[in-house]
Amino acid sequence: MNDQTMTPEQRAANLKGMGSSRKRVEDVRFTQGKGNYVDDINLDGMLFGDFVRSPYAHARVTGIDAEEALKVPGVLAVITAKDLEPLGLHWMPTLAGDKQMVLADGKVLFQGQEVAFVVATDRYAAADGVEAVEVDYEELPVVVDPFKALEPDAPVLREDIRDRAEGAHGPVRHNNHIFTWEQGDKAATEAVLAEADIVAEEMVYYHRTHPCPLETCGCVASMDKVTGKLTLWGTFQAPHAVRTVASLISGIAEHNIRVISPDIGGGFGNKVGVYPGYVCSIVASIVTGKPVKWVEDRMENLMATAFARDYWMQGKIAATKDGKITGLWCHTTADHGGFDACADPTKFPAGFMNICTGSYDIPVAYLAVDGVYTNKAPGGVAYRCSFRVTEAAYFIERMIEVLAIKLGMDAAELRRINFIKADQFPYQSALGWEYDSGDYHTAWDKALKAVDYDGLRAEQVQRLEDFRAGKTRKLMGIGLTHFTEIVGAGPVKNCDILGLGMFDSCEIRIHPTGSAIARLGTISQGQGHATTFAQIIASEIGLPADDITLEEGDTDTAPYGLGTYGSRSTPVAGAATAMAARKIRAKAQMIAAYLLEVHDDDVEFDVDRFAVKGAPERFKTMKEIAFAAYNQAIPGIEPGLEAVSYYDPPNMTYPFGAYICVVDIDVDTGETEIRSFYALDDCGTRINPMIIEGQVHGGLTEALAIAMGQEIAYDEMGNVKTGTLMDFFLPTSWETPHYTTDHTTTPSPHHPIGAKGVGESPNVGGVPCFSNAVHDAFRPFGLTQSHMPHDHWRVWKTANRLGLHN
Amino acid sequence: MTKMHVKMTVNGEAAEGLAEPRTLLIHFLRETLKIKGPHIGCETTHCGACTVDLNGKSVKSCTVFVGQANGAEITTVEGLVNADGSLGVIQEMFREHHGLQCGFCTPGMITRAHRLLQENPMPTEEEVRFGMAGNLCRCTGYQNIVKAIMAAAETLNAQKEAAE
Repeated sequence: MNDQTMTPEQRAANLKGMGSSRKRVEDVRFTQGKGNYVDDINLDGMLFGDFVRSPYAHARVTGIDAEEALKVPGVLAVITAKDLEPLGLHWMPTLAGDKQMVLADGKVLFQGQEVAFVVATDRYAAADGVEAVEVDYEELPVVVDPFKALEPDAPVLREDIRDRAEGAHGPVRHNNHIFTWEQGDKAATEAVLAEADIVAEEMVYYHRTHPCPLETCGCVASMDKVTGKLTLWGTFQAPHAVRTVASLISGIAEHNIRVISPDIGGGFGNKVGVYPGYVCSIVASIVTGKPVKWVEDRMENLMATAFARDYWMQGKIAATKDGKITGLWCHTTADHGGFDACADPTKFPAGFMNICTGSYDIPVAYLAVDGVYTNKAPGGVAYRCSFRVTEAAYFIERMIEVLAIKLGMDAAELRRINFIKADQFPYQSALGWEYDSGDYHTAWDKALKAVDYDGLRAEQVQRLEDFRAGKTRKLMGIGLTHFTEIVGAGPVKNCDILGLGMFDSCEIRIHPTGSAIARLGTISQGQGHATTFAQIIASEIGLPADDITLEEGDTDTAPYGLGTYGSRSTPVAGAATAMAARKIRAKAQMIAAYLLEVHDDDVEFDVDRFAVKGAPERFKTMKEIAFAAYNQAIPGIEPGLEAVSYYDPPNMTYPFGAYICVVDIDVDTGETEIRSFYALDDCGTRINPMIIEGQVHGGLTEALAIAMGQEIAYDEMGNVKTGTLMDFFLPTSWETPHYTTDHTTTPSPHHPIGAKGVGESPNVGGVPCFSNAVHDAFRPFGLTQSHMPHDHWRVWKTANRLGLHN
Repeated sequence: MTKMHVKMTVNGEAAEGLAEPRTLLIHFLRETLKIKGPHIGCETTHCGACTVDLNGKSVKSCTVFVGQANGAEITTVEGLVNADGSLGVIQEMFREHHGLQCGFCTPGMITRAHRLLQENPMPTEEEVRFGMAGNLCRCTGYQNIVKAIMAAAETLNAQKEAAE
């Protein structure tokens, strides 16, 4: 062993611990097509399920005739709500305290709603069966506008809860009203607005979109009638929660359910919820005694599984004439579709929308959110975002721009004079959060300098002159954003989903030869957990990351946890990982002291070993300690070396960032070209810079999509107009710009390793940055607000409306 | 439905099976031949997760009938590993440059990149971005995919020069 000759730095480098751009261990499988995704699972005798879906957005179902379908070769069963009703499974609870039809129970509430489930021997026979099922519908009036849904004479959508006075989140005032959620001080905010020098007011719409992971949702359910054990493989971002919910609604004891999330082809929030396909597959497997696979196609994914956003945010922002913000007011109308199936912590029916004061020191604020039913798909999930943080960030970053216009101020300067100062942390926000740490001024100044902000503004002035002189038809926009996220849900005292506390977990077992396995309550969907969590352990206990296996997603083996979404894996499970590792290190210290024949306090941890204080040549490596832990009788110490930690975070974490992009806009075609994009992220301690950068690239590209073209659009009849990838914009390598990434590091003071989470930051900050750039280009012509997505047609219309084609 | 007898060469090995004429090539590969590298992302030719090499051209196997591939030479991502089982150059460069995250688009991406570099062994960044535009990725933002393919081109060209 060359341990004595290597410097501590060399030994640390060999561990590939925190801070190392370690190559991903997952990639060896994925690059040669050896992933194991849910559709790769093939079991003996496996059947396929497929849905009959409603072509109507609102209709009574007056009859379902399966006779012809059952004659189709290979079709074994057609399941309807009537079949599920005796089991109590024709409806299921949503994660938001509402309930949702599994299969149409007398009516349908959105186009694409599940009406019947056809079970057949293969996917083609199932599709034939779907074609042959005859359903009689009686059309009902359709409501796709949430404001019209609240009009007195609007049709009652949810007849199952008609005339109720109280919903899951308090009183309701209309049959189509789901909740009102209020935060902050209404009277004080309105008083500030009434007295203010300046009040800027705007309606900011964040359109409906969809996470659209490349792999759609699906599952394989297998009921073993001999053992009574149900195994459910699926695209689950929260496998443990799925097991608990499956147990509660099916009555099968939790120990008899094994939920396995295999490799997941991207989630982005789409795979948090529980979908009718899962319930129907389980029932079909119980009925037939065979495994049943259900995998939705892309159109089903876009039409029926969880959408995101669809928030109408009416804002008022008050300021002094010098631009010091004095108050913020927001009323949001939230369109949830036919069922409230968002996945927010119970006490937060509008998620963390109350982070909408953003990066700014705003003394007083008020937020109210009204949830509304419409004839659209259910949901309201956080698409690469921590529970409505994207909406909040978009709102405040647009309001800042609108205020800058009203004040005639530079928007960068307006931000700077309103930032929360570094010495104000921990900072108590007007809407109830305690921001853990931040240094916004440093990040902002670094970003402005990096892009030569003054130079860009000078160039923009010149471009405008040229445009007005008829020398060019292209305008230049500079998009600014400084966002603050709130992630890592969360403290059990105020964060639960369906009563399940949002802690997370890690179990580490060191093998006698000094390698290890760790299991977590989270599940990677591309984030590289197997790579990064091993790095945390490597640094904490001094064993090489390459010798540590990571496992997630199997509820029979992994410790209980709430899964991966809301950028919570690193803040919560990452903390659990560090804490479990520290328990192991504490035991290793006692073993080392025994082996070195000194007192416990006389040894100290040194990268990959414990050494006697003041005598570094006397040491035991962690590998030696691991072997001794199993194979040497040590008085007073149990054999073995393993630990588990369930971590209940004391607070959320608050990553932030400064983004600046430059866009050139052809006013005659509406085409936009992102010339440059600079992204500075501060996610606290950085575990793997390569992976962080990859997360930023990906999140920015999802932001580009959302800001510039991606939407779930409906016509007046409730038809989905964007149900395929022909209409639903996913950027290709051709449209996607090159990104420049940068960082500052402000560790979280309450997280064991100071990490804050990063996966969602680029989406949260990216959308307002792209959108602000488009707005900025048109600012000299009087534009204050135009709704996303800024596709070519809408941008052209904006130019037209502003008289730029005359 | 009557089934037809289909034969093809997949990754250098003879393969055959019975399939309904309407069977899509992707389903035949994945479910009959158990070649699960190519994935299904959209079933409408948009996403490219199912990309395979068919007689020297990149095709989206979700919109090819198995009958159209009868007698064809097919290469999938599984066929791009080296003879000793180690990662091929493009695969290695995707790993080296973090050109993948969830891995779902990766088999199609790598198979398309393989063909692109046959068609154009020394592409510019712009040519890579254009040549890969039929393959969607939701995770990476493409920057590192482009980097990986450019690096693979360089390595492959250096290998070719060394061999000559």
